[in-house]
Amino acid sequence: MSEFSGPHDMDDTTRKDDRYVLRLFVTGASTNSVRAISNIKQICEEYIPDRYSLEIIDVYQQKKIAESEQIIALPLLIKSFPLPERRFIGDMSDTNRVLKGLGLS
Amino acid sequence: MSLNFSRDPGEMVKLLPKSPTGIVGLDKITEGGIPKDRPTLICGGAGCGKTLFSMEFIVRGAIEFNEPGVFMAFEEKADELAVNVASLGFDLEKLQAAKLIKLDHVYIERSEIEETGEYDLDGIFIRLGHAIDSIGAKRVVLDTIENLFSSLNNQAIIRAELRRLFQWLKEKKVTTIITGEKGDGTFTRHGLEEYVSDCVILLDHRVTNQISTRLLRVVKYRGSVHGTNEYPFLIDRSGISVLPVTSLTLEHEVSTIRVSSGIPALDKMLGGQGFYKGSSVLVSGTAGTGKTSIAGYFANETCNRGERCIFFAFEESPKQIVRNMTSIGINLQDHVKNGLLKFHASRPTLNGLEMHLVAIHQMVEDFKPQTVILDPITNLITVGSVSEVKTMLIRLIDFLQSEQITVMFTALTLNNIVNEQTDEGVSSLVDAWLLVRDIEFNGERNRGMYVMKSRGMKHSNQVREFVISDEGLNLVDVYLGPEGVLTGSARDAQRLQEETGSVLRQHALTMKDMEIDRKRRVLEAKIASLKEEFDSVQDELNKSYIEDELRKEVIEKNREQLIRNRHNEE
Repeated sequence: MSEFSGPHDMDDTTRKDDRYVLRLFVTGASTNSVRAISNIKQICEEYIPDRYSLEIIDVYQQKKIAESEQIIALPLLIKSFPLPERRFIGDMSDTNRVLKGLGLS
Repeated sequence: MSLNFSRDPGEMVKLLPKSPTGIVGLDKITEGGIPKDRPTLICGGAGCGKTLFSMEFIVRGAIEFNEPGVFMAFEEKADELAVNVASLGFDLEKLQAAKLIKLDHVYIERSEIEETGEYDLDGIFIRLGHAIDSIGAKRVVLDTIENLFSSLNNQAIIRAELRRLFQWLKEKKVTTIITGEKGDGTFTRHGLEEYVSDCVILLDHRVTNQISTRLLRVVKYRGSVHGTNEYPFLIDRSGISVLPVTSLTLEHEVSTIRVSSGIPALDKMLGGQGFYKGSSVLVSGTAGTGKTSIAGYFANETCNRGERCIFFAFEESPKQIVRNMTSIGINLQDHVKNGLLKFHASRPTLNGLEMHLVAIHQMVEDFKPQTVILDPITNLITVGSVSEVKTMLIRLIDFLQSEQITVMFTALTLNNIVNEQTDEGVSSLVDAWLLVRDIEFNGERNRGMYVMKSRGMKHSNQVREFVISDEGLNLVDVYLGPEGVLTGSARDAQRLQEETGSVLRQHALTMKDMEIDRKRRVLEAKIASLKEEFDSVQDELNKSYIEDELRKEVIEKNREQLIRNRHNEE
């Protein structure tokens, strides 16, 4: 995957130069989904601007993904990079927990 | 105003539709299965068979009732499940490939999850909905959905979502089984019974005296009658089988056909024809009185008629029985080879009583024998109390009688006194009771047999001596004499003595005859001599008489002469 950042991309001033690969699973335009999208966008913009990719997936549109990704609770945010993989459920309103989980606190 | 209220109530009342589980016996207890299109809760402790139970529901549904099913596992992985149930002969891979079954393993790792606010369980809804739609499922199993409680923190959300899930499943028109771990004082640890109120089935795995019994109970079944007892069930190669309630009414068919016991002399004691077909026979006696031999004869006779027989041995191995029976001249091995005779040997401690009953049921259903032998029932007491054994035997007898199968029990009595309360209390249940007992006398032990009872037929009231020899079993009339009942060598001695007596008497008789003859001859000689004497006296008498006559004649003549002469002279 292109997420593996080459040396030329590296910002020497900081170790925290990893690109974040995030996927957010939502269910249509439900309240929780809408809130989760806006919350995570805000957090990313504030703490890791320009070094994240956020994919938003509507599970209703791709039902098969629910089984393959072991989705139970929604909204679900999966941080697949940097390792370790972490999962967040909920509307991302608890900013501290999100940051802790992302390793940004 | 054409409403008609006088219709048959049966027409108006819409009965609760049911979905058959395909599990032997359960559908009988629930009169048709679990509620269709509704959730049913199956709860029980660890290892009581919940998963297997629900899996069988899905598999049987797919195979037998053409109702595809979704199995959502929260505990075991799909491939683990497939391996686990393969031992029951369920090929999940094949069924999945045929789109009859869909397995979905729901995996939640608590440590990987961060809860960051409000959420719902739409993921499950979507997964389940997709699975149901993809195969057109009619059945769903959630095993064990309670795992959610340990994986997620927000209990309020889970509860609300579960309520919504069950409602949604009803709307989806799928028959659902939800499994739940038994909690303290509640059916499930997290109170699932609150949400699933239509049907609750409790499974139990109980160990008493180191012997385990699996039990099933329908705790609740809204809108339907159901059996309320605890029913034992068995998990074996063919899956789960619940022992259906045996009819508690006494309505089974009876037969007037008689079957021979294999011992002609015994048949003679039983009105000349033997037992009734479909009756129950108890053979009781002390150790070593030949109970098993009688049973072996009966089995042999059954097979000789070309009928099938199952021999449940609780004490000896089949080979041992076959060997021992050849010593009294019957060959059971041939019948085994011909498939007419089947041995099933197990120690009573192998299972609980109920399990034995289930096992017997199953074998009888499979083999369809005309005769069943249980040898001996006494050993069952090691795994249950007297009353338990009795109820088990009642149910067994009920079952066998309804199938018109003749059953012979053997039972060991521990003392020589004929005890009316003996034999696990089954003596009142059975139709015929043969008692074999020791007669210890004159320094030897002999066997006596009598018919304690035999319902519905004339039977001998006599004690017969029961002789086991190389030629087989036989019954001999005992000697009844002034000294009482004699058996064995005493009987032989008595017979010899009688023979001697008769010879002596014969001898004495001839001696007397000769004496009489001699006496008679003496007498006859005496009579002859007296007669001679009489004759001579008579002759003597006659002689003088004739002389007198002659003299008289001569005198007369002379006188006439004289007269004539005188006249002439004148």
